[in-house]
Amino acid sequence: MKTYNNKAWLLVLPVVLCVAFSAIVPLMTVVNYSVQDILGPDQKVFVGTEWFKLVMRDPELHEALGRQILFSAAVLAIEIPLGILLALALPAQGWRSSLALVLLAMPLLIPQNVVGTIWQIYGRGDIGLAGAALNGLGLDYNYTGDSMDAWLTVLVMDIWHWTPLIALLAFAGLRAIPEAYYQAARIDGASRLAVFRFIQLPKLRGVLLIGLLLRFMDSFMIYTEPFVLTGGGPGNATTFLSQYLTQKAVGQFDLGPAAAFSLIYFLIILLACFVFYSLLQNAGPTEKAEH
Amino acid sequence: MKKRSFGLILYLIFAILPIYWMVNMSLKTNEEITGALSLWPQHLTFDNFRTILTDPAWYGGYINSLIYVLINTVLSVAVALPAAYAFSRYEFLGDKHLFFWLLTNRMSPPAVFLLPFFQLYSSINLFDTHIAVALAHMLFNVPLAVWILEGFMSGVPREIDETAYIDGYSFPRFFIRIFIPLISAGIGVTAFFCFMFSWVELLLARTLTSVEAKPIVAIMTRTVSAAGMDWGVLAAAGVLTIVPGALVIYFVRNYIAKGFAMGRV
Repeated sequence: MKTYNNKAWLLVLPVVLCVAFSAIVPLMTVVNYSVQDILGPDQKVFVGTEWFKLVMRDPELHEALGRQILFSAAVLAIEIPLGILLALALPAQGWRSSLALVLLAMPLLIPQNVVGTIWQIYGRGDIGLAGAALNGLGLDYNYTGDSMDAWLTVLVMDIWHWTPLIALLAFAGLRAIPEAYYQAARIDGASRLAVFRFIQLPKLRGVLLIGLLLRFMDSFMIYTEPFVLTGGGPGNATTFLSQYLTQKAVGQFDLGPAAAFSLIYFLIILLACFVFYSLLQNAGPTEKAEH
Repeated sequence: MKKRSFGLILYLIFAILPIYWMVNMSLKTNEEITGALSLWPQHLTFDNFRTILTDPAWYGGYINSLIYVLINTVLSVAVALPAAYAFSRYEFLGDKHLFFWLLTNRMSPPAVFLLPFFQLYSSINLFDTHIAVALAHMLFNVPLAVWILEGFMSGVPREIDETAYIDGYSFPRFFIRIFIPLISAGIGVTAFFCFMFSWVELLLARTLTSVEAKPIVAIMTRTVSAAGMDWGVLAAAGVLTIVPGALVIYFVRNYIAKGFAMGRV
């Protein structure tokens, strides 16, 4: 049992100060923008919830939001099972394990803008390996012209970039399962599937929650990769929420509506994360007692 | 077993091919890159790497990035350690709310938040310093560090703490001499994740710097737009961005294997 002790606050204090320093002032500033019409450095008019109403009625925002939800759902539906499968397939130790881990983790270390640029060439039909290979197979693949191809390219790029994160987390989680569990399962004659369902999956719950939330937040705020790869096009096919927001904030310099938009955006992510967090925290209460 | 290894190898090929393509591009001239498809460099050239390694504007970017990433990693882990201990060992007023609040700081969409960040760091004269970027990156790395470390710490039996206190250890001495060595695996993994997320972050790093502390990711974007797409140099720069991180993962690979996820998360 944990002991109840409010002195623990002293241990948490450095973190709270560090994070609050960078978190609260910008957040309050954005809240400030969202309720004012900023005409100039010294000219501000309080407009209440005007911007929120304006943003909520924006049909382009609804489209971007729809695309965004579809994209994040696809990212999670593919990356999490794939990451778990990879972690299960990774050798547990030895040089093969080290080699596979280093190779697997490499895409994680490439900055987002480089990822976009590399795929820009990699996907081209004339001079890129992937594009040329797909065209060679007789597929009419062209990510700059066809919106479906562009959308799928951004998705595959994200899978390539971030599935290793899930795989690494799940791999670490799997290594933490004591050998005794597997021995007990062998004695009971449990099938491979049963071992996964009743031993491995429950034990992975914690790391998968981290992975799921991280991937959800980051995919929901994806900006640099599609921006570099397709610039949001063709048409609006790959204009996701944060790019639409940037167009508003920087392009048109509509600070008020953009701030209101940011806050709504933030609240959507917050709400979704809260739902995931609560659901997964309470998914298997029996798991908490044991090590 | 055979089928699984086959699947893994297939995925690794999928993972490596774009990186191979980048290496391939980095060893070609621009004419060759945009000219025709070739699976390996026909006219091998190291000029792209030479450009980066001899121009201070380029290699300075790597140094700047490394400085703020290292400051960020050290600070994040240092402040996260006691906090993670508190979350794993004690219940206190508002602990669950605080934990979730920490996580919410990863969730703010950058576009509009960049301007207040710029104003905040300018107002305290930290604009264009390594420490500014390191502090700003703590916003998303500290919550993650607390979260991962807490998982590891919950895997350490509580009896160890109690025995140490009975033996007369003070909290700081116990924490540094006994507890930290026990979770060195967790610190390794946490450091890797902090390093990685800080290393690849572009928007905040670019907003908070102009000359003195300009990170490599920002230098890349600038050169690309100015020189009208210098693909070869860009690819070479990309190859060099993988190197430090690959070294880090090589060193922490055994720690990852030791695993976390022991207790609750």
